[in-house]
Amino acid sequence: MAEARMIDIYIMGSRYQVPEGLTILTALEYCGYRMIRGCGCRAGFCGACATVYNFKNDPQLRYDLACQKTIEQDMYLVQIPFFPAAKALYNLEEVEANGEQVLKLYPDLVKCFGCNNCTKTCPQDIEVMWFMSDALRGDIREVAIKSFDCVMCGLCAARCPQGLVPYNIALLSRRLYGRYLAPPSKHLEDRIAEIEAGKFDAEIEELRKMEQSELKRRYAGREIEPAY
Amino acid sequence: MPYPGYMEESIRKVEATRQRRLKETFPRITLEEKAPLLQKFHPDFIEEGMRKLLVGPNKGSRTPNEMADVLEGNSRIDPDKIDLLRIDYDVDILVIGCGGAGASAALLAQENGADVLLVTKLRLGDANTVGAQAGTQAADRPNDSPAIHYLDTMGGGGFTNVPELVEVLVRDAPGVINWLESLGVMWDKNPDGSIHELSGGGASRLRLHSARDYTGLEEMRVLRDEIRNRQINYLEFSPVIELLMDDKGQVAGAILVNLETNELSLVRAKAVVIATGGMGRLHIQAFPTTNHYGATADGLVLAYRVGAELIFMDTMQYHPTGAAYPVQILGQLVTEKVRTLGAQLVNADGEQFIMPLDPRDVVAAAIIQECRRGIGIKTPTGEVGVWLDSPMIDIIRGSGTIGRELPAMVRQFGRYNIDIITEPILAYPTLHYQNGGIRINPEGATTVPGLFAAGECEGGVHGRNRLIGNSTLDIFVFGRRAGRAAAQYVKGVKLGSLRLDHVRQWQRELERAGIAGSRAISPLLLPDYASHMPDYLPDYGRQALAVGQIKIA
Ligand SMILES: Cc1cc2nc3c(=O)[nH]c(=O)nc-3n(C[C@H](O)[C@H](O)[C@H](O)COP(=O)(O)OP(=O)(O)OC[C@H]3O[C@@H](n4cnc5c(N)ncnc54)[C@H](O)[C@@H]3O)c2cc1C
Ligand code: FES
Repeated sequence: MAEARMIDIYIMGSRYQVPEGLTILTALEYCGYRMIRGCGCRAGFCGACATVYNFKNDPQLRYDLACQKTIEQDMYLVQIPFFPAAKALYNLEEVEANGEQVLKLYPDLVKCFGCNNCTKTCPQDIEVMWFMSDALRGDIREVAIKSFDCVMCGLCAARCPQGLVPYNIALLSRRLYGRYLAPPSKHLEDRIAEIEAGKFDAEIEELRKMEQSELKRRYAGREIEPAY
Repeated sequence: MPYPGYMEESIRKVEATRQRRLKETFPRITLEEKAPLLQKFHPDFIEEGMRKLLVGPNKGSRTPNEMADVLEGNSRIDPDKIDLLRIDYDVDILVIGCGGAGASAALLAQENGADVLLVTKLRLGDANTVGAQAGTQAADRPNDSPAIHYLDTMGGGGFTNVPELVEVLVRDAPGVINWLESLGVMWDKNPDGSIHELSGGGASRLRLHSARDYTGLEEMRVLRDEIRNRQINYLEFSPVIELLMDDKGQVAGAILVNLETNELSLVRAKAVVIATGGMGRLHIQAFPTTNHYGATADGLVLAYRVGAELIFMDTMQYHPTGAAYPVQILGQLVTEKVRTLGAQLVNADGEQFIMPLDPRDVVAAAIIQECRRGIGIKTPTGEVGVWLDSPMIDIIRGSGTIGRELPAMVRQFGRYNIDIITEPILAYPTLHYQNGGIRINPEGATTVPGLFAAGECEGGVHGRNRLIGNSTLDIFVFGRRAGRAAAQYVKGVKLGSLRLDHVRQWQRELERAGIAGSRAISPLLLPDYASHMPDYLPDYGRQALAVGQIKIA
């Protein structure tokens, strides 16, 4: 195995040499930082590891998830493990699924002036500003769909000059959509009623009491629905 | 960094056989073929990797060395230095861990009238739950039934599952899907509202409910929001390091530590629900893992010390398809949904060697076998893997399917310039799930009074091998049950005075067994990757993975 090439990075201003090919997260650890905050799933799903960086000779700020982004020569980086963000409290059973409701819970939404910083910041490449304007128009479905891949890392809120919290507005919209606007599933409702009526009790009871050899036979012979 | 040239050559072979393979169905493994394959290639059967526990309720049972190390560990506290009269929180129910199981338990306990405190090691929802991609099982389509789900689950578990637990699992399942939807979870649906369900390894019906490939994230962010909305008290970065008991032998609370300040707090609670999830960060047999940073089997350690019995501690689940390339995402999950949607597994010659939707233990063993035979593909950093032929999906199901169904996977590989729509994925098994755990009854009660458990930390539901989609079901079924049952239980409980004698007794037992001096302290809380080489660089990483300790108290 060839030795990995070492490159320079700067963690909160201090220079370190680390092998090429690490992620920002593993580079921090390589340098001896023991993570407590700023590290969750380590796989790009939880948003714990929001990171800001630029380069020695390029002041332009960039944003990413530390567990996913590969380090590059002369990176200057710092994590944002926590950022204060407003979250409205509500009882989902008592709110209505419409735009006024979203505005009532997040009245500052009107302050969005479309600077697009949120979209430029999003490590998931979500069109944050567009869903904010959908929210303003009261189109909950669009907010829900556009924002779906949000890992709630908080970078959009950290960058919003108006102090808005797009990810919480998106969460409210998705919950409203899932609860009230998505079409109900008849087969699910029917099945729940059947279970409550005891329709499967005898069959499950039979399987539960069955000799293992017979259970194995049933299993081996069970009909398998094609995957597609 | 797209694939290097020599890997591209192997991909050409995969492409060359693709048309033929599209029409080819590899036969499912028979029960007769299964046993020898597992025995030869599945990590659970590697004798050097396992040992018998020397102390505790499961003394004499086999378990992986790394698990034995924490189960036989020394306590982090000196009972003589803890003032049991200085109680910081006095509640009905303490829920430990905020993944899907803990969140559900907390919500149901509160709904049933209990005063709840939820404590968790990292942030709310930093958990294995958030990483679940493929989906959640529930038999709710007309051609399916809870009985068929029961049969699939028992068969997947090698018929070792505890039948009463499987029964409630399958029976509660459709209700769980509905509960989550009523809280605002957005299931993938067809325009008529019917749920768009997929098949999964070992399941005989299309039964996976998903939310793109962000299913666990969607479930978790909704539940976490609900915990906040209902103003359930919670503490983050405050793991439990030991349980408290009372003089009547009931579990009576816990000791927490603030991870950042090392400050200890005492919680008195009439019942405790352990929902601490899995163990991937113990890196059993040096496997990389899909698990989150805090998956260190703490709940098992805590429960074991108060005398709770564990079950199936010799079986871990290795997910067949961890990423084997690029090295940045080594061991991270490539969801089974990729196979569910139609991708086959093929070796360096472009040939299939296993039915991609056989149960996980079988598929993992088959991949290991293929690589040992030398027909895997070696990466520049020395990893091996086989191809997961993702481009087949769009060919079978129409172009656009991958983009729609697997945005997280497209994004994850896209970051490294690998387009899974046109090129296959290199995969190798990764440590994924703890099949066994704390023994519970259908209400989530353990063998110790006052102690409940739910989710990945408990065992029995899945027997020796869990099926896809049955864990994110388990956590809600048993999280809800444990929360509800604990709320009932506390109505009749009178706590005596608090005690830490179990810790003294534990230490004496370690002394008697002659291992007190040689065992580390546990629970581990977090793996220590700092200043060690990262685990995935073969040059130096593997040996350096002696998981360290965090200095506390
Ligand atoms: C990447 C990935 C993908 C998966 N995909 C699927 C899937 O598609 N379908 C499926 O059914 N299953 C899947 N699984 C399995 C499933 O997601 C998990 O088994 C399940 O979510 C576990 O839930 P849980 O609530 O029991 O534990 P977790 O979600 O892990 O939560 C445990 C919580 O306890 C906390 N904790 C741990 N120790 C302590 C302590 N000492 N004190 C306080 N708190 C503590 C943790 O920080 C965490 O918050 C997947 C798992 C992973 C990792
Ligand atoms: S640690 Fe979860 S997204 Fe990076």
